Amino acid sequence: MCDTCGCNVTPGNAHLVQPGGRLSKTADGREAVSVLHGLLDANDHTAAHNREHFNRHGVLAVNLMSSPGAGKTSLLEATIEVLKDELSIAVIEGDLETENDAGRIRAHGVPAIQITTGSACHLDAHMVHDALHQLDLSALDIVFIENVGNLVCPASFDLGQHRNTILLSVPEGDDKPAKYPVMFRAADLVLLSKCDLLPVLDDFKPENARRYLQELASRAPIIELSAKNAAGMDSWLHWLFTELAQLEHRSGELAAVSEPA
Amino acid sequence: MHELAVCQALIDQVEQLALKEHAQQVLSIHLGIGPLSGVEARLLQQAFSIARAGGVAAEAELVIDSLPLQVSCDQCGQTTDALPARLLCGACGNWRTRLVSGDELQLQHVELIRQTADDLAEHETSMQQHERAN
Ligand SMILES: Nc1nc2c(ncn2[C@@H]2O[C@H](COP(=O)(O)OP(=O)(O)O)[C@@H](O)[C@H]2O)c(=O)[nH]1
Ligand SMILES: [Mg+2]
Ligand SMILES: [Zn+2]
Ligand SMILES: [Zn+2]
Ligand SMILES: [Zn+2]
Repeated sequence: MCDTCGCNVTPGNAHLVQPGGRLSKTADGREAVSVLHGLLDANDHTAAHNREHFNRHGVLAVNLMSSPGAGKTSLLEATIEVLKDELSIAVIEGDLETENDAGRIRAHGVPAIQITTGSACHLDAHMVHDALHQLDLSALDIVFIENVGNLVCPASFDLGQHRNTILLSVPEGDDKPAKYPVMFRAADLVLLSKCDLLPVLDDFKPENARRYLQELASRAPIIELSAKNAAGMDSWLHWLFTELAQLEHRSGELAAVSEPA
Repeated sequence: MHELAVCQALIDQVEQLALKEHAQQVLSIHLGIGPLSGVEARLLQQAFSIARAGGVAAEAELVIDSLPLQVSCDQCGQTTDALPARLLCGACGNWRTRLVSGDELQLQHVELIRQTADDLAEHETSMQQHERAN
């Protein structure tokens, strides 16, 4: 239940709104009730609700996913340093609290909400909902959600983000997309991170990573990037600004439609 | 190990359904799961054997139907079988395909025994008989 904003279809009762059809009844009293619900309907309902919150305030929500240590927090720090005078940014920090990523973000002068509840292997939409109600969305342009470092679980849970950005770091090997297809298929953008290490770790071939992603039928653009030497940062920022502009365009269209003639 | 979280969501749905349908017992729960759902059937079965305890589904069997993985090709329009890490068109080899089926994570149907008005009345009578006998 969104007690903060009073949404009346709650995650718990959403499926009751849909009828369960009867299939058959046998003589011994067995009855089959057909359902056809997604197992994660409750999560997806809350995710849609989160997205509405972000949309209403024209805030771009970007979910960052990767293996542990692929460079999510470092990328956020570098991004905030460049953008903080131009855009208003906040971070919902879901990576392990013990690593104090929220502290690293706050040191750059932007708000960070640390998620402390739930399992330690993925974020879900309910956790993000609680966190976003601790932010003043009307004052923000972008919310980054740093997911738990894990290439398996987080892919199954929609958080209400607009875009998924997945980091694949050079030390991990270029075949990660083939090993974790569910995760990499979810990408709207793939960042090959720690590219400053390419000369040293020369068995990582960006073109192999590209081929593995293509074999997943992925249309996601791929950017080679280093948070350390800033290579590729301009392409990443360009992607962010394009997404922001598209979000503004979409919400402009929505406003035009809902306005009386 | 998000299978435990998925399983908890499943049990919540089944319990709400059982309540709505006045079920006295859930016999079986039928899921359809695709190879790209992100959930492993084996792990889900394990999680289920733990999570079902105590509730209306405590005795229920979990039946998992593996759904096929198929893509449709943007170029030649054919629908072909695919593999999780190889979603290329099986007819022309093009990589620009769309998933037709294979990422489902669905509760399909539930077999239950309903608590009828007769059941309830019968239960009452037997309770009374039991009391009288004592
Ligand atoms: N060489 C190099 N190291 C990096 C880069 N980005 C992050 N790292 C290092 O990788 C480690 C993990 O980074 P972190 O941002 O905490 O990863 P996270 O767990 O994904 O948030 C740290 O030691 C960083 O200094 C990069 O672009 N190049
Ligand atoms: Mg981090
Ligand atoms: Zn809300
Ligand atoms: Zn998990
Ligand atoms: Zn084809």
